[in-house]
Amino acid sequence: MKKRVIFKGWWLPALLVAPQLVISFLFFFYPSGQALWNSLFLPDPFGLKTEFVGLDNFKFLLTDPYYLASFKTTIFFSTAVSFFSMAIGLYLAALADRLIKGAGIYQTLLIWPYAIAPAIAGVLWLFLFNGNIGLVSYYLKGLGYEWNHTLNGDEAMFLVILASTWGRISYNFLFFLAGLQAIPKSVIEAAAIDGASFWKRFFTIVIPLLSPITFFLLVVNIVYAFFDTFGVIHTITSGGPEQSTTILVYKVFSDGFVSQDLGSSAAQSVILLLVVGVLTVIQFKYIERKVHY
Amino acid sequence: MVEKKKSAYWLTHAGLIIGVLFIFFPVWLTFVASTVNQEEIINPPLPLWPGTEMFENYYHALFKGGREGYGSNEPVINMLINSSIMALGITIGKITISLLSAFAIVYFRFPFRKTCFWLIFMTLMLPVEVRIVPTYEVVANLNLLNSYTGLIFPLIASATATFLFRQFFMTIPDEMVEAARMDGCSPMRFFKDILIPISKTNIAALFVILFIYGWNQYLWPLLMTTDPDMKTIVIALDAMIPAGDDFAHWPTVMATAVLAMLPPIAVVIGMQKFFVKGLLESDK
Amino acid sequence: MSEIKLENLKKSFGKTEVIHDLSIDVKDGELIVIVGPSGCGKSTLLRMVAGLEDANQGNILIDGKQVNELEPMERNIAMVFQNYALYPHMTVFENMAYGLKIAKIPKEEINSRVQKAADILELGQLLERKPNQLSGGQRQRVAMGRAIVRNPVAFLFDEPLSNLDAKLRVQMRLEIKKLQTQLKTTSLYVTHDQVEAMTLADRMIVMNQGNVEHIGTPLEVYTKPKTLFTAQFIGSPAMNIFSGDCQKGQIILSNGTTLKTNSNHSGKLNVGLRPEDFIMDDKGSIKLKVELVELIGANTLIHGKLENSNEVLVASIAGVINEDKIGKNINLAFKDDKLHLFNANTNLRIN
Repeated sequence: MKKRVIFKGWWLPALLVAPQLVISFLFFFYPSGQALWNSLFLPDPFGLKTEFVGLDNFKFLLTDPYYLASFKTTIFFSTAVSFFSMAIGLYLAALADRLIKGAGIYQTLLIWPYAIAPAIAGVLWLFLFNGNIGLVSYYLKGLGYEWNHTLNGDEAMFLVILASTWGRISYNFLFFLAGLQAIPKSVIEAAAIDGASFWKRFFTIVIPLLSPITFFLLVVNIVYAFFDTFGVIHTITSGGPEQSTTILVYKVFSDGFVSQDLGSSAAQSVILLLVVGVLTVIQFKYIERKVHY
Repeated sequence: MVEKKKSAYWLTHAGLIIGVLFIFFPVWLTFVASTVNQEEIINPPLPLWPGTEMFENYYHALFKGGREGYGSNEPVINMLINSSIMALGITIGKITISLLSAFAIVYFRFPFRKTCFWLIFMTLMLPVEVRIVPTYEVVANLNLLNSYTGLIFPLIASATATFLFRQFFMTIPDEMVEAARMDGCSPMRFFKDILIPISKTNIAALFVILFIYGWNQYLWPLLMTTDPDMKTIVIALDAMIPAGDDFAHWPTVMATAVLAMLPPIAVVIGMQKFFVKGLLESDK
Repeated sequence: MSEIKLENLKKSFGKTEVIHDLSIDVKDGELIVIVGPSGCGKSTLLRMVAGLEDANQGNILIDGKQVNELEPMERNIAMVFQNYALYPHMTVFENMAYGLKIAKIPKEEINSRVQKAADILELGQLLERKPNQLSGGQRQRVAMGRAIVRNPVAFLFDEPLSNLDAKLRVQMRLEIKKLQTQLKTTSLYVTHDQVEAMTLADRMIVMNQGNVEHIGTPLEVYTKPKTLFTAQFIGSPAMNIFSGDCQKGQIILSNGTTLKTNSNHSGKLNVGLRPEDFIMDDKGSIKLKVELVELIGANTLIHGKLENSNEVLVASIAGVINEDKIGKNINLAFKDDKLHLFNANTNLRIN
C-alpha cells in the first residue's frame, strides 16, 4: 500500500464511524452472539426455562433425519439453481457478445428482472402453474398430464427451481457479458486464424479466461440459492409438500417462528453461519490471488 | 463476431430472442391477467393479449383494496408507500453511514482503527436470514415492531457499501487531498466539497442496488409487521395469494404484482448505466 | 520580506533517516531549485516546508516566524503538484477560487484575483471548462493559477513539468521563469532534471540521499562543484572521472599519464574533466582510444577508453569528427582551470 495522506485528529473519525458501529453492534453482533448463545440451550416445552445443553442441539441436528433431508434438499436445490442460471446466463451472454451492435439492446432487455423480488418471481410462476387457473398447467392437462405441485414433491421442487433460476439469469448474464467483453478481441481472432470454430474457441479459450468471473458467480449464486430464495419457497410451497422443498434457511424460519423451537433454530443458524463464512473467506482469498486484467 | 456467415448472425439473434421471450413471458402474462376480469382468469386459457379492465382493476386495487364483492384488502397505495419508505430509508441510511465510515477509515489514523475496520468487515459475512430470530428479539425489546425504524435499521447493518466506498476512496490520488489541505480544507469540508462530488457515480450505482435490495425484502418485513397498515407490498402480495381453494380476485392480485414490480424496474432501467457499472465494480 | 530559513532539519521514516541535518537560507524573491536523483529526499524536504510532513528535528522559519506547528494553510504558501491535483468536478474558475472561498475572501476580490491570474497565464478563455477538457499544459497552468491567486509568501513546485512531453516542458520552463521573475515571489522548485535546475535556478541545492552536496548558483555548481556527486550529476554528458595519485604537484593517472597541478594534496584522488572541456590537440596530454562516434550535429561525442587503461572517456568536440577515427588513438588537451580534483576518501573538492 502506498503512502496515504491523512487528516490529523481522532475524535472526528470516531464520531464518523460511530453510527455504523452502533448499528452493527445492535443489529448484527449482538443478535449473532445471541444466536450462538441460544444454540447451546434447550427451551423447555412450556417456554419458561431454558437448560444449558452444550452441543446437544448440534448433535441432534446432525442425526435428525429431517435436518439431513433439508441439507440434501438444499444442496440439490442450490446446485440446480446455480448451474442452470449460470449456464443460461453464459449462453445468452456468449450470443450477445457476438453482436457488434445489438448487445446493448439485449442487455437492457435482459437485465431488468434483477429488480424483481424472489418472492414476486415465485408469485409469477405460481400463477402459471396453479392447478386451477394456471396457463401452463392448463396446457399440460390438455396433453394428459395432471400438474399438482401441492401434492407432488418433485413437481414442487421443479417449480421452485424454475422460479429461482428465472430470476437469477439476468445477474449472471450481466457479469458474463462484461467478462466476455473484457477478453481482448485479438485473442479470439488469433484463435480463429489458427482454425478454431466458435465452439472450440469457446471451450478452449473463452471459458478458461472467464474462470475468475465464473468462480465469483458460483459463490454468489450459491449464497443466493441458500438465502435469498426464501421468498420463492414461502410463496410457492411453504416448504412442502411434506418438507420436500424445505431448504435450510426455510427450516430456520419454520422451526424458530412457527414451531418456536428456539434452540434448534439457533443451532441451525450457527451452522448456516459457518457455511456462509467459509464461502465468503474462500471468495476473498481467491479474489486476492487472481490477477485481473 | 468473427464468422461472416449470415446463418450465424440469424442463429445468434434467434437464440437471444428466445431468451428474451423466456424472461418476459411470466411478467407479460401477469400484466395481461391484471387487465381482464375474474371470469377470464378462472376459465383458462388466459388470453395472450391485454383486456379492457386495466383502469378499473388498477384503480380499485390502489385505492379501494379490490373490486366490490370480492372482500377487501388494504388499498395498495398504502403498501406502496410503506415499501417506498422502507426502500428509501434503507438506501439513504446505508449510503450515509457508509460514506462516513469509509471516509473515517481511509483518511484518518485513530486508535482501534484496524479493529473497527475488521469489525465492520465481518458484517459482510452474514445475511439477515441467519440472525433472524435474535434480531427479532432485539427489535421487539426496543419496542420497534411494526415501525419503520424497526423495518429499516437492521437492514442497514451490513458493510457492503462501506467496503465499496473504501475501495473507491483508495483510488483517489493523494495529491488531490494535499492540494485541498494546502487550500485550507478542514476534513469535513473536504468530504462535502470534494469527496462526495467525485463519488457521485458510485453513489448513484449503490442507490440502485440498495433500493432494489430494500424494496424486495421479504423475510424481515414478514416477521416484524403484523399490523395490516404496515405491510409492504411484497408481503401483502403473498398474503393475497389464495391457499388451497380459497377465493381471490385474481385481477386485483395480478395488478398488485405489477405494481410491486414497477418501481424497482423503473429505477433499474432509468439508471441502467450506473447500475451496471456499480454491480460490476463491486466484484473487485 | 519572505525569507525561508531551514535550520538543522532532520526527518526519518520509521527507522530510516532520510534528511540529515539540512540547513539553508532562501532569500526573498529567490528561485531555489532542489535537484537530485529519485529518493534523495528533495520531495520530502519540500513537503516539510509545505506542512504536509513534520520534521523530526530542526526549525522551519518563514518570514522570521517559526512555522513547524502550523497547518499548510496557515503558512500562507502555495504548492504546484506534479500531477496538477485539480478538482475534476470543478471548473477552472472554481479550482482557482476554492482556496480563497475557504478563506472567506469576499466575492468581488475572488473574481478580480482569479481574473488577474487567468490573464497572466492566458487562461481567460478556459475559465468555464472542466479539467478533463484541458490539455496537459493548460492543466499545469491552472495548477499554477491556483497557487498565484493566494498571493502567498512562497511558491512550492513539486516536479511540475515531469508529466509533460519534452517540447512542452521546454516551453513551460520559460513561462515559469518569466512568471517568477515578474511576480518576484520566493520559490522552492524540486526536480530531478538537471537542465531544468540549471536554467531556472537563482541558486541550486544538489541533494543526494538526504545530504546536501552543494548549494550555489548554477554557474558555481557547474564550474566548481564541491563534491564528486555534484560534479557527475550536473552536466550532460556526465563529467569523466579518473582515478589518480598525487605527489608533489604531479598527478599520475592509471595509464601512467602525468598531469601538473598546483594542489599540494598528497595521496589518492579523483580527477574530473568534462567532455566539453576537451580540445583535439596532437600535443595533448590525454590519450584516447576511440571506440564509438556519435554525430549530434553541432558537435560530436567521442566514446572510448583512456589509452592503456579500462577507464571510460567521453569527449564532446565541436564540429564533425569522422568515423574513420574509430580504433585509432587521438590526443586531447584541456585548459588548466578545467581540471577538477576530488579527495578519494571524502569525495570533497580539493582545488
